[in-house]
Amino acid sequence: MVHNVQSGHPGGSLGCAEFFTVLYHRIMEYTPKPFSMEGKNEDVFILSNGHISPVFYSTLAHAGFFDKEELNTFRKIDSRLQGHPATEEGLPGIRVATGSLGQGLSVAVGIALSKKLNNDPKSVFVLMGDGELEEGQNWEAIMFAAHNKVDNLIATVDFNGQQIDGSTEEIMGLTELRSKFEAFGWYVLDMKGNDIDAVYHGLVSAMDESRQGRPVVILMKTEMGHGVDFMMGSHEWHGIAPNDEQLASALAQNPETLGDY
Amino acid sequence: MVTLDITEKKDTRSGFGAGLLELGRNNSEVVALCADLTGSLKMDAFKKEFPERFFQAGIAEANMIGMAAGLATGGKIPFTGTFANFSTGRVYDQIRQSVAYSEKNVKICASHAGLTLGEDGATHQILEDLGMMKMLPNMVVINPCDYNQTKAATIAIAAHHGPVYLRFGRPKWPVFTDPNQKFEIGKAWTIQEGTDVTIIATGHLVWKSIEAAHALAAAGISVELINIHTIKPLDEEAVLRSVAKTGCVVTAEEHQRNGGLGESICGLLSRNKPAPVEFVAVNDSFGESGTPEELLDKYGLGTQNIVDAVHKVIARKNG
Repeated sequence: MVHNVQSGHPGGSLGCAEFFTVLYHRIMEYTPKPFSMEGKNEDVFILSNGHISPVFYSTLAHAGFFDKEELNTFRKIDSRLQGHPATEEGLPGIRVATGSLGQGLSVAVGIALSKKLNNDPKSVFVLMGDGELEEGQNWEAIMFAAHNKVDNLIATVDFNGQQIDGSTEEIMGLTELRSKFEAFGWYVLDMKGNDIDAVYHGLVSAMDESRQGRPVVILMKTEMGHGVDFMMGSHEWHGIAPNDEQLASALAQNPETLGDY
Repeated sequence: MVTLDITEKKDTRSGFGAGLLELGRNNSEVVALCADLTGSLKMDAFKKEFPERFFQAGIAEANMIGMAAGLATGGKIPFTGTFANFSTGRVYDQIRQSVAYSEKNVKICASHAGLTLGEDGATHQILEDLGMMKMLPNMVVINPCDYNQTKAATIAIAAHHGPVYLRFGRPKWPVFTDPNQKFEIGKAWTIQEGTDVTIIATGHLVWKSIEAAHALAAAGISVELINIHTIKPLDEEAVLRSVAKTGCVVTAEEHQRNGGLGESICGLLSRNKPAPVEFVAVNDSFGESGTPEELLDKYGLGTQNIVDAVHKVIARKNG
């Protein structure tokens, strides 16, 4: 997708492939067709770091929200697959526009509140980037969710340690992220994000820990560009597209994906 | 014609509070969020009667707007309440992305707009909010003129599916509209018909325009007075019909000239049939501390300023 339009964010997308796969195929319960914006009595997912739209769209297509063929329209004119997720074109599976960072957690908290008002037993999942936690709005939402015991909410932080200008450690250290969340009253789990079994067990544990009077967050350690040697662990691949040669090399390293992008 | 012997004065924010309470009783999907200004926004009654549907966001407006977008996603009709300053400028990107672009059914309700906030001064006296909000696609922008109209507008916007910005104010102000009025979004109210000039007013300045119209009538000038409560979508037909008759316009609003109602009117006239327009609005400056009346006079939004603008625009029309 990203190669096709020579535009997009491959690094973060690859780092979260296991997470999305497990979440949509083993954890969440939902009806892809017909898509319901309200998602009553369904598990709901919000992608706060909207720039990893390639892995999100790919997951939604594989989960049956729309045809995989449509992935080829990503970032092109007249497409429902906007550069960052959006609702205006009516792409099934998207419930709010994201891309300007720091807003998804608040929206997820709001959906979780609506589920409580509706006596809806299902959960709300939200994924945030680690660099995104530099946005202050997150901490407003983190404070609110704990104070108000929003315990049908499971947040995950994609802890890849990278942001556009460099490593998070260098740009704005997220030191002691666990204790920060704990101090706000959240239950915190650690999870290896690029190991499919670890992701499954981590998400199951998070589900077990939910509905106990406090929100749950998973600190998911990932590697940006996972599975492609020349992209791994570098912020350089945050927002650039591979050329023909690089694409061939990347796909050769992941033969199961051949012909399926 | 509305007479000047109005004795009842009430704040428009109390109209909002009364409307919200009535909505709460009639529609179980209505929820309310407030950022630590429940008393100022007159949301106490709703909070007391429907505690499970009231969310105290604390002094965290960005999160409040995002949560409202989430509640709307889940099928609720959220009303957010805080001062106009914190309802718009402080959270513009949250409104733009999570509410307007995402087409969420959120009602952003904003009190203490404009100079009439008074003594707190310019940090709190936002005069740019109508402009910011009317620029957003999908956003309806409403600025009612008295207690009754604000209450009716509050109730009406719940029935409109989509984002709305509802702006009202702090001071006690004459109550002159029908308590049983039917509020129609986007529909102008012709308060009185006339032939020499059209005054188009919104918000608190509608009352000032009524006072001006009486003074002008005494001077032999026939004023057509139109209340535009819905800044967007603008009732274009009503404006064009009136200006075709009078040939000149004075706009009156408690807002910056840049980006306000007056510019919307000028844009409309330019695209159709241009006519001379004078603005009664704040001219590219911040406010300051003072009483509402002192501030309106100092910043050129008083009754006499409207009268002067009418004389000027008629002279231009005839010149």
